[in-house]
Amino acid sequence: MSSSRWLVVLVAACVLVLGLAACGGGGSSSSPGKEGESGTGSGDPPSTEASGEIAGAGSTAQQAAQEAWIAEFENADSGATVSYDGVGSGGGREQFIAAGVAYGASDTPLSESEGELGKAIKRCAPGELVEVPNYISPIAIIYDLPGVEELKLEPETLAKIFNQEIEDWNDSEIAKENPGVELPETRIVPVNRSDESGTTENFTDYLSKVAPQVWTHEVSGDWPVKGGEAASGTSGVVEAVANGEGAIGYADASQAGELGIAKIKVGGDWAEPSPEAAAKILDLSKEDPELEQGEKHVIAFEIDRKTESSGTYPIVLVSSLIGCTKYKSASEAALVKSYFEYAISPAGQELAAEAAGSAPLSGKLTKKVEAAVGAIE
Amino acid sequence: MAPVDTTTNAGRLPARASGGRHRRGDRIFGNAAVIAAVTILALLVGVAVFLVTEGFPALTASASELPGHESFLGYVAPLAFGTVLAGALATVIAVPLAVAVALFITHIAPPRIALTLGYLVDLLAAIPSIIYGLWGIFVLGPAAVPAMRWLEEELGFLPIFAGPASITGRTMLVVGLVLAVMILPIVSAVAREVFSQTPRKLQEGAQALGATRWEMIRTTVLPFGRSSVISGAMLGLGRALGETMAVAIILSVSGGITFNLIGQANPSTIAANIALDFPESSGLAVNLLIATGLVLFAITLATNFLARLIVARSSPR
Repeated sequence: MSSSRWLVVLVAACVLVLGLAACGGGGSSSSPGKEGESGTGSGDPPSTEASGEIAGAGSTAQQAAQEAWIAEFENADSGATVSYDGVGSGGGREQFIAAGVAYGASDTPLSESEGELGKAIKRCAPGELVEVPNYISPIAIIYDLPGVEELKLEPETLAKIFNQEIEDWNDSEIAKENPGVELPETRIVPVNRSDESGTTENFTDYLSKVAPQVWTHEVSGDWPVKGGEAASGTSGVVEAVANGEGAIGYADASQAGELGIAKIKVGGDWAEPSPEAAAKILDLSKEDPELEQGEKHVIAFEIDRKTESSGTYPIVLVSSLIGCTKYKSASEAALVKSYFEYAISPAGQELAAEAAGSAPLSGKLTKKVEAAVGAIE
Repeated sequence: MAPVDTTTNAGRLPARASGGRHRRGDRIFGNAAVIAAVTILALLVGVAVFLVTEGFPALTASASELPGHESFLGYVAPLAFGTVLAGALATVIAVPLAVAVALFITHIAPPRIALTLGYLVDLLAAIPSIIYGLWGIFVLGPAAVPAMRWLEEELGFLPIFAGPASITGRTMLVVGLVLAVMILPIVSAVAREVFSQTPRKLQEGAQALGATRWEMIRTTVLPFGRSSVISGAMLGLGRALGETMAVAIILSVSGGITFNLIGQANPSTIAANIALDFPESSGLAVNLLIATGLVLFAITLATNFLARLIVARSSPR
């Protein structure tokens, strides 16, 4: 082999390595600097001049709905550009606080226990913080048990199943709630999310409220019980339940497909997930003063998981939009305001229901939310 | 096969060049080579510095401050265990297979078949890991369920097949198999390259002494290629240790340290755990994940170091 050919190859390799190094160096030098870097996929953080452009980040649960809203919003409001990065709720809250994005979306409200609420209020100063529920999604209890068309479960039984205290489908406790149903001797395999998620957080919150004696684990987005079957993402859980005879899991109701959906006891009735039943729960819930901290434009509920009112379904995920009343430029504020208004409007909610299977906000809640969003200047 | 070629030759070239006159081309080449080497080092140091600075808050935090209220060691131990277990399993499955494939291609198959097969094996490396992951959950996992049930019934006395067998097939064993397929091309490419370089004289000598084909392979080809096969295996192990998406999608991670390969409660791996938990993490939880990345970095470095040591010991030449 001639040495000149080698030279060419090596020089080319060096150029390549140097090029990579330049890129890598740039990335790593920016990240250790600040806690919450503005890692919005679409680039530019909102600047004072950026009149027609805002960026948001947060909840993956909302991603499909956000994408639908953005498409319609940009169609109607020509010239405005909204981008949304589904980095996850935690990432969304962090980026909002660091002012990396104009608005955030989170499956759990900002809370004082992690210090985030105070930081978010500070970020919005001299304006005020706006936090409103905009996305409600029922969580279905899905199961795969051939021959069992209908399955009824008391909250306590549900908690025991997911806590691995009830191990077989023909357990007397399940049989008692399902008279006339022939339950097989199959082993129960509870399926949970292996990634951290708002769905898990809302579901464990439900279990800890309705069955505090059984469910003694901390409420968290990370599944607390070891030893169950775990799968990543909603689609992973649905896939695992569909593949495993005897499996039971929890997932966005819109993704349940052909799988059996358990009925859960609410008061004297057996409730199934439906958009109306899910939306109704927020009308019955009280606002949580601890999550609101006296902020006028923050609407955060302590979801009444223990409700006994018929026609409601308490296992829901409630996700919120987070923004400020004032931004650096009036045009930015106007854009955030009109985007929020569209997202919470009946038309926007209808669109989300179509795109993501969410439950539209009730009329009563819409009024309240509109008032809070109206405070954006 | 390309990487092996360039590294061995690049190592020899400067020595040859420095002996001759200093021409312009030599100078450019020499400087370029130095810059490349320094860049690699700088990158490595840069990554290490990033991991240490970002992971530091989690390393120094007390257990009660960390998410999950568990000490850092308690958090990372099952992950490190899972990482090593998955990597070791994949290597144990892949290396014999890769050596067999390489021997077949270089010494047994007729040239035309050998060429095609070589291309096909290399093609395995071109499949993205996410595709392997999907194949794992949709095809291999469900297909492995009856086999794992059989293992539980017949070989359940072994701790690795203790069961109860998973009903979905998302187990450590399936992950090991998928990873083995993923690292097969690397290991077999290295093995193939070195087996085909076995000196003709040695092989002919062995056959002249009356050795059968297998005896010839055993006495000349295998000893000649041993150290390269080991380093190929370590390259493969390195990839298996860091593999993220395939593991994150397939593995049912809900357990601590266990040798049970066919159950539903498996320890996660460090890379997969970062991929699964990072999107919803904030604050100290992110530092914690980066600190586990530092541990992975250390494990990979140690593996490579070990590989060098083994190679250095086992090659008397």
